[in-house]
Amino acid sequence: MVIEPRATEAMRTGRRNRGSAGPAVLLSLLLVTLVVATVYVFAARLFPAPPPITQVAAQVDHQYSLTLYATGAAFVFAQLGLAYAVFRFRDRGQHAHFTRGNVVLEILWTCLTALVFLVLGILGSRVWAAVQFSPPAPDTIQVEVTGTQFVYTFRYPGPDGKFGRLDPALVNAPAGNPLGLDPNDPAAKDDIVTSTLTVPVNHPVELLLRSQDVVHNFFVRELRLQQDAVPGMLIPLHFTADRTGRCEIVCTQLCGLGHYRMRSFLNIVSESAYEDFLKQQAAAP
Amino acid sequence: MSASAQVGIGAPKGFLRRYIFSTDHKVIGLQYLFLALVAVTLGIVLSLLMRFHLVWPAAHLPFVSGGIMTPEQYLALVTMHGTIMVFFVLTTAPQSAFGNYFLPIQIGAPDMAFPRLNMLSFWLTLAAFLCMIAAFVVPGGAPISGWTAYPPLSGLGDVTGPGEGAGQTMWIVSILLFCFASLLGSINFISTTIDMRAPGLTLMRMPLTVWAWFVTAILSLLAFGVLLAGGILLFLDRSAGTSFFLPAGLVVNGELQIRAGGSPLLWQHLFWFFGHPEVYIAILPGMGVASHVLANFSRKPVFGYRAMVFALGAIGFLGFLVWGHHMFVSGMNPYSSLTFSVLTMSIGVPSAIKTFNWLGTLWGGKLQFHPPMLFAIGFVSFFVTGGLSGIFLAQPAVDTMLHATYYVVAHFHIVMGVAAIFGIFAATYYWFPKMFGRMMDETLGKLHFWLTFAGSYCVFMPMHFVGIEGGVRRYADSSGAAYLAALQPLHRFMTVAAFATAAAQLIFFYNFLWSLKRGKEAPVNPWSATTLEWITSSPPPADNFDGHFPSVYRGPYDYSVPGASQDFLPQNVPPEKYARVNQETPNGG
Repeated sequence: MVIEPRATEAMRTGRRNRGSAGPAVLLSLLLVTLVVATVYVFAARLFPAPPPITQVAAQVDHQYSLTLYATGAAFVFAQLGLAYAVFRFRDRGQHAHFTRGNVVLEILWTCLTALVFLVLGILGSRVWAAVQFSPPAPDTIQVEVTGTQFVYTFRYPGPDGKFGRLDPALVNAPAGNPLGLDPNDPAAKDDIVTSTLTVPVNHPVELLLRSQDVVHNFFVRELRLQQDAVPGMLIPLHFTADRTGRCEIVCTQLCGLGHYRMRSFLNIVSESAYEDFLKQQAAAP
Repeated sequence: MSASAQVGIGAPKGFLRRYIFSTDHKVIGLQYLFLALVAVTLGIVLSLLMRFHLVWPAAHLPFVSGGIMTPEQYLALVTMHGTIMVFFVLTTAPQSAFGNYFLPIQIGAPDMAFPRLNMLSFWLTLAAFLCMIAAFVVPGGAPISGWTAYPPLSGLGDVTGPGEGAGQTMWIVSILLFCFASLLGSINFISTTIDMRAPGLTLMRMPLTVWAWFVTAILSLLAFGVLLAGGILLFLDRSAGTSFFLPAGLVVNGELQIRAGGSPLLWQHLFWFFGHPEVYIAILPGMGVASHVLANFSRKPVFGYRAMVFALGAIGFLGFLVWGHHMFVSGMNPYSSLTFSVLTMSIGVPSAIKTFNWLGTLWGGKLQFHPPMLFAIGFVSFFVTGGLSGIFLAQPAVDTMLHATYYVVAHFHIVMGVAAIFGIFAATYYWFPKMFGRMMDETLGKLHFWLTFAGSYCVFMPMHFVGIEGGVRRYADSSGAAYLAALQPLHRFMTVAAFATAAAQLIFFYNFLWSLKRGKEAPVNPWSATTLEWITSSPPPADNFDGHFPSVYRGPYDYSVPGASQDFLPQNVPPEKYARVNQETPNGG
């Protein structure tokens, strides 16, 4: 039984598939449209990220652009290659060109791809090093950021420059102690607790991220920075904003039903306005 | 082939033994396929509800209690859509369904190595699916922690949110069952491939589909074991008061939690040690199918067969070394990010080899645009697009800008969602005649392709731009941050495109069901193909070859071999016969 590898006459002569022009043209056109539309949207910068507000963010943008050029070229090459092959080699009754491969070609494009990835990888690593491996400057302002379902709480160490002790057992947001500051610790007396983040312009700032309950995240798109706030960990993150303004801080790590409305503001103000802010906060009860 | 061939020898007689509690790999493959079809329908409906809610958050929905969807209901959709699609569609259809059905036939075997284990795998998967669905109806509803289920959100019970009580427990139990099923399945796939190949079927003569299923099975074996362990620990944290993933000092909803010593990052490492290979578990079988189908309808051998095999292996191996790229912003050591970044970039090399070789396979061919071919070409297009956007995310410095935005959603939906589903569609159109003995309708199949191809790009390309502008994923609506409002027009466009693309899938379901009953009767080898599934009847008899087990004399893709009298040489045609193949009945058995 079974076993009947016999082709139909039409199959052998290729006549059966003379109708391949329609699909070939349509598919090529779709692929070309895809390429043209994608290149246009990126080239015309129809949907740009907001302008960067730190040196590092500008470096990130630069690396992003480099990657866009490299992958964009590959995208155009591959999709147009596909479109060309689909159109050019559609079944017109010709014989397929028999080949099992080409070792030289394969080695060539393997090395080429590896080279592109290597260069991108090295350049990208340098930007990452700028973000992560350079220690903050000595006069850095430290602010602690605490994530709680679904609010951010910011704490400044106050005039003594020291953060007071926190005790989870003392956390009581309704009573005005959302972080659990220990009233018996003298260093805690002058700590300033706020619901928005205010920092001076052109001054290095180090954030210390922590969380009380679940994993949260601190994301400011103008900084090009995201960092999770993980319970049990204190994660540093530093930046120096080069212009004043107000940016939104949003949570990007799924933290519960109010995740979408967990946000705060980053106010970047002049040095003098920052001093005023601190005085004002210290005077508040 | 006569209908009696379907019955064949050794097929059990009773309905239950033959179609329900069957140990026949073909029946089990179909059971997986139908399970995946049910799951994908549900998954699509959930995604449409999400897309609808994102654009019209205040709309009254008759089936939602209270009329208006709450944020927790939205997050339940997020969780269940992701989980159902990843596990019960993208893992189940390409590997368990088509792998089960065609791996034994393509290697000339009568069944899997362990048929009863195979049956157990399916029933465990079905139990896992029912358990997952049940999470919708338990008190509190389905979990809201996403398919990644990061603790502490997922580790403390309903104190962290609705759905985190019974719903999250059902989720974990379902995942544990699924892990068991996948482990058993992978043992079966590996043993079968190693032990049961036909005489002459050396490893380097295996179809690339078999290679893909084989490598995927190895990945499953190594990855699901880790998820199983992680899942058990999470289960214990929730129900036995342990603290594997929970540190001291947690204050949730004003309550101090009595836990200490655990690490939320530990779960992330365990999860992604599974989670990244899982991406390849979903996509490798699609790569195999694409290679297989492109060669068939280009009437050419696969370009660089050996390189394709090594690339599959390299992707599988490297896939285990890159999980950290999901954790660049997690708080892990930034030096390890660099290592993970370099390793991730290196996966681009074998992926590029595959892409070049697919183009090389088409080049100089004689392309026949049947629906499976169209979907295979679509697979290549989406794989390229989705793969390239991954190069941004592989660099930690760029990832800190795009992480957890819709850019990531676009990336993984295109590469592991759409591309993998195009692989599944290619497989379905290609093998439907073999599985059911009838052809699917070509015109409807092509129409389905055009709408799905254009529609999928319309849904997922704009998503990149939402992400670049800072649109955050997993947000129930855009009211939380002011800048999100500007992204709503893009969301509206994507929602309309999503509904249109989903509607186009009705064409597929109609074609599928109609063709089951009314399709043109399929010959043994409708595509003039070379591999062993095409030398047996459609559908194959119970033992696949009715006692005439083939011997193999050649590689899997001998198309348009110079000197041959026809443009394909099935693997069982002996060398001395190929010139006269039309006069022979080569059965090699």
